[in-house]
Amino acid sequence: MLSRTADHLYWMSRYLERAESLARMIDAHQRLSLVPRPPEAVAQGWQATLVSLGAAAAFFGRHEALTARSAFDFLAFDRQHGGSIVQCLRAARENGRAVRGTITSDLWETLNATYLESVSFTPAMPESARGEFLEWVKYRAHLTRGVTSATLPRDEALHFTRIGTFIERADNTTRLLESRWRDPGGHGERLRAEASEWAVLLRAMSAFEIFRRLYRDSVTPQRVTEMLLMRDDLPQSVHHCLDELQTNLAAVANSRSDETHRRAGELHARFHFGRFEDFCAEGLPQFFDHFQARLRELGARIADDFLVPAS
Amino acid sequence: MRVSPYDEMLQSGGTPRPHCRDYWGWLEEQSQECLARKRSEADALFHRVGITFAVYGENSGTERLIPFDIIPRVIPAEEWSRLEAGLVQRVRALNAFIGDIYHGQEILRAGVIPAERVLCNAQYRPEMQGVEVPGGIYAHIAGIDVVRDASGSFCVLEDNLRVPSGVSYMLENRKMMMRLFPELFARHPIAPVEQYPDLLLENLKSVAPQGVSDPTVVLLTPGMYNSAYFEHAFLAQQMGIELVEGQDLYVLDDVLYMRTTRGPRRVDVVYRRLDDDFLDPLSFRPDSTLGVPGLLTVYRAGHVTIANAIGTGVADDKSIYPYVPQMIRFYLGQAPLLENVRTWILSDPQDKAYVLAHLPELVVKEVHGAGGYGMLIGPAATATQLDDFRARIRAHPERYIAQPTLALSTSPTFSAAGVAPRHIDLRPFVLSGREVAIVPGGLTRVALREGSLIVNSSQGGGTKDTWVLGC
Repeated sequence: MLSRTADHLYWMSRYLERAESLARMIDAHQRLSLVPRPPEAVAQGWQATLVSLGAAAAFFGRHEALTARSAFDFLAFDRQHGGSIVQCLRAARENGRAVRGTITSDLWETLNATYLESVSFTPAMPESARGEFLEWVKYRAHLTRGVTSATLPRDEALHFTRIGTFIERADNTTRLLESRWRDPGGHGERLRAEASEWAVLLRAMSAFEIFRRLYRDSVTPQRVTEMLLMRDDLPQSVHHCLDELQTNLAAVANSRSDETHRRAGELHARFHFGRFEDFCAEGLPQFFDHFQARLRELGARIADDFLVPAS
Repeated sequence: MRVSPYDEMLQSGGTPRPHCRDYWGWLEEQSQECLARKRSEADALFHRVGITFAVYGENSGTERLIPFDIIPRVIPAEEWSRLEAGLVQRVRALNAFIGDIYHGQEILRAGVIPAERVLCNAQYRPEMQGVEVPGGIYAHIAGIDVVRDASGSFCVLEDNLRVPSGVSYMLENRKMMMRLFPELFARHPIAPVEQYPDLLLENLKSVAPQGVSDPTVVLLTPGMYNSAYFEHAFLAQQMGIELVEGQDLYVLDDVLYMRTTRGPRRVDVVYRRLDDDFLDPLSFRPDSTLGVPGLLTVYRAGHVTIANAIGTGVADDKSIYPYVPQMIRFYLGQAPLLENVRTWILSDPQDKAYVLAHLPELVVKEVHGAGGYGMLIGPAATATQLDDFRARIRAHPERYIAQPTLALSTSPTFSAAGVAPRHIDLRPFVLSGREVAIVPGGLTRVALREGSLIVNSSQGGGTKDTWVLGC
């Protein structure tokens, strides 16, 4: 497969995953807004999300006040902000368009239809329809993954698509957790995240029922975090994402990718053989920082080995 | 001067031509609402599938649909076989001409074509002099634009031998018609066209460099912002070959490679959809980032085939076009089966005097123009436009040619006001490899505005499915 083709497939699935994850992040805030809370807590929650996305500076460059509405508009509809949902859907479609000859027409038409529909979503959208918009994003992401899985042959195209999906998901899951652990003002742990916020997070991740079944116990920050980091049988968990990353990297291995594969294995081993208590002892915010840096490094190595190799 | 045009489907008096009787009867039974619904269904499908083209000069990234007309253009089989024979003959002669120009130049020495018209032409590529190409084929894919005059006979308006486009619309229009009106395909013996990608791939493989048994063929595109990107991606997919951009290819030791996830892979045949100028920044435009540095060296060494070959523009230039009938006589010793349109070459003083005196009746085109841009249609022009062109012709006569305003044939078309005649042309695609092959039909373009003669998609033209009936 052409390196450039692999590159487009990888980014196509990363952007799609990112759009979905953004929808889930926003959804968590929307759900929380139904619980009576002081306005500072609402703003602090959004602030934490923007910081975890690395988008706080961009936000305050375009908005004076952080409100639920302005944050929603910025993360969902802002066409000047490359990290918004509509821009991610557009980027997924543009990457798909660049390889429309390689992917199946079913997949291309799904991406294209998603983009064409997304054009009609703007900040003018009434409050009442906003929940449906988030549902729509999740639905389109589910649909696209389904079409991918049902129509792409089990070859390199699928492997690179999966590598993109799981590296992005691992990253997003840690950002979602991080935003609940970190005090957006300073660098310490954020102690004020309420229990209801963790339950809402589970619901936004479509993991609430699973949590109940697995723990049969009350929702605590530690349990939720442990589950979303350590379980190898949950599609949302970091451990599972690293399993998939390992498998798919092994399937596309080439003459220069040994070191990348080794590092992915090393990172995977921390989750496979490591203990959650040790991560906590390290300090979860520090742990997240460290993990995301390793993931970025892996992304760069994948690019060098496969996607944009120097000749 | 106004002659009533030939209608493809109806005779004078409004009765259908014999080969269209059945279709016309069916069409008359359809309600306006039903036809309108079918048309919007087609639009929605084309949008979803992303069969769009980019329009230059508009906001970058603007994508538009080429309007699709749901009424087919129908050609009876016996007419098609005459047309086909004429096209085969013409493309054979054109390939012979290009080969001759880049080798012995017999035709210039015989004085059939003035040498300066060829050798001083910007499309003449001295880099190609003496280069051997497999099978002596230069124009592997030719799109020959033909029109019918008022008498109903086909003549050639233009040869496209560089990177002719439009074939994807021929294929997609057919798919759309089969989807919208399956019952028509059951009732009519319509010659299939879907074998085109197979023929094209076979053709490209047949011209691989000598000694390559299982050639790797790629399609080279300028990228997704090119107006014809859809077609590039479509053809690559249909043939199962890689769609590459210049950045995916590189040259090492006179061999062309592409960068893949498993390392370098050798490339043998490049079906390029990129103009000569952009192919190799070391030989042509140095600012081109679309091409591959060193490609020309590999080509000249015979290690890769480029289709179409470099330098084919010398044969489809509007200033060379008037000589194609002589080429046919010169190389094949045959009388041309297809006529040219009468053409005045404005660098010729006599021709120029005639054209200046008759400008309001004529069509004037730029010699190097394309896409319907920069042309004057005398009968439709204002006095200011006519004066402007007179001044331009006086200043640079060599940049222009003139032709009579043709009463292009019409075909019934579904318009806002119902079914009404609109002017059309036809671009069949001629494939030359070991043999010459044409799929029956081609791309029919239609000028959707009432009375308009400009069929180009960039200028408000649309397309129709083209049926060759009874093969």
